[in-house]
Amino acid sequence: MSQPLLKLDSATIRFGGLTAVSNFSLEVNPCELIGLIGPNGAGKTTAFNMITGVYQPTDGHIHLNGRSIAGVKPHDLTRQGIARTFQNIRLFGSLSVIDNVRAAMQLHCKHGVRASLWRGSRFKSLENEVETCALELLDIFKLGSLRDEEAKSLPYGDQRRLEIVRALATRPKLLLLDEPAAGMNPTEKEELMHLIRFIKDKFQIAVMLVEHDMTVVMGICERIAVLEYGIKIAEGTPQQIQRDPKVIAAYLGTETDKEEPFDA
Amino acid sequence: MSSSLNPSSITGAKRWLIAGVLLAVVVSMFSAQFNRYYLGILVDIGINIILAVSLNLINGHTGQFSLGHAGFMAVGGYTAAKISLVISPMLPPALQPLIFLFALLAGGGLAALAGFGVGVPSLRLRGDYLAIVTLGFGEIIRVVVQNMESVGAASGLKGIPKYTTLGWTFGLAAVTIYFVSALVNSTYGRGFIAVSDDEVAASSMGINPVRYKVTAFVTGAFFAGIAGGLYAHHKQFLSPTGFDFLKSIDIVVMVILGGMGRTAGVVVAAIILTLLPEVLRQFSEYRMIIYSLLIIVLMMARPQGLFTWNRKKGGAPA
Repeated sequence: MSQPLLKLDSATIRFGGLTAVSNFSLEVNPCELIGLIGPNGAGKTTAFNMITGVYQPTDGHIHLNGRSIAGVKPHDLTRQGIARTFQNIRLFGSLSVIDNVRAAMQLHCKHGVRASLWRGSRFKSLENEVETCALELLDIFKLGSLRDEEAKSLPYGDQRRLEIVRALATRPKLLLLDEPAAGMNPTEKEELMHLIRFIKDKFQIAVMLVEHDMTVVMGICERIAVLEYGIKIAEGTPQQIQRDPKVIAAYLGTETDKEEPFDA
Repeated sequence: MSSSLNPSSITGAKRWLIAGVLLAVVVSMFSAQFNRYYLGILVDIGINIILAVSLNLINGHTGQFSLGHAGFMAVGGYTAAKISLVISPMLPPALQPLIFLFALLAGGGLAALAGFGVGVPSLRLRGDYLAIVTLGFGEIIRVVVQNMESVGAASGLKGIPKYTTLGWTFGLAAVTIYFVSALVNSTYGRGFIAVSDDEVAASSMGINPVRYKVTAFVTGAFFAGIAGGLYAHHKQFLSPTGFDFLKSIDIVVMVILGGMGRTAGVVVAAIILTLLPEVLRQFSEYRMIIYSLLIIVLMMARPQGLFTWNRKKGGAPA
């Protein structure tokens, strides 16, 4: 088996006396769709924040492509191939839709301060390239017609999609989605599931998602890890997870094996 | 489509810059015809435009809150004044523009260095905290100058040669506007606004917030230094009290009134707020009350700034 894309090796993070995530080990392979679930406050977003460099693990190691990410700043991690969306949407509200994408593309731009000031022909052709590229990406997600709208004026669902587009614009190898289905109705959830699968296939990237909505998680994830009180209590295929007594206990506290009534 | 990416608007920007500088120089040639009082106000306007547009990069586009602009201006002003006071007697008068240019650039350079010095350690701070640190910086500069005998200490620096003309002022104002607009209106420049909108999101999109903030501080301070140099060679006299934090507040008000991050609005606000106290001169002692009241009214009527068009399309015209 080839080297995992992302490897968490008993990653632990403590905030004062509280251990938010404890001994969390997980491997994410290239092009895999993996879900991270758990009750509220289980440490899912904290785990995301460790992976993206927002928090440094107190103990343990995280490796991306075999390289340790200890001490690497979030923006450098993005350069190395991790992109994310946020639980509560964090777009660049005052920028237009296309400029949100452009802002995310600047890390691959060869033209910086000097070119911007000089505005020569090379700058112009590179800027045109960026614009075309951004527009193509927006078109894939049916946002092309909204290119000049202010990001904060978009409807909720479009904002969620734009956030995913923006993350993809950084050309990640691993895309982290933090509760992408939050606040969506069943139809939108259905669309989202198609979208996530499509992204994985089209861009050939690994996707890791935190999600409360069991329909979405069970429907698309190839593998699922379950956190409870910061500890991984189970890992496996959706079928295995659905039958796992510990997971059932954590979620339901009963013996029901129906997963439907769960909604964020 | 007037998008910033439109190639014709980019060449347009450069054309505007050249036209602006040329116009300033040409008009300047006839400045002897003008009433000296009006001429003085015009130069004040130009200097304030430079100050406001450069602060707009820090406070408006990048979303920081600096109250230290007068400090950077003081660094530039005193440096430039000292240089021309020392050098100009040694060189023939024909070299005067060169001396002035050198003095201005040196002043701007030192101010930029000060901007870097303040920027790097204080950029871990946000909002109000950053404002207080920059406020402290401005006051330190003022007190240091007040105690430096070599620049006249509290009694001020006198006899600075009158080098500042309309041409220099508005030529450099055009350069400042071009510089800031060109910087912001590019894929690279979207990073400034991204940092301003959401720093956490920006850093997870591969944007290095610290680098952008330091760039904004250094660039803003550089032009504040240039403005200080122009001011010194315009008033021919510098006193530390001219650079107290009220001066910083004045510039901040121009930026807020003009609309954070809207270059065109900030330019107009700089013009209005320079003219207003002069127009109100006839009301003598009520002048500052009326001035303050007008600012309150303007702010309540247009909290988003005077001019808020065309941000959507990628920023103010260059």
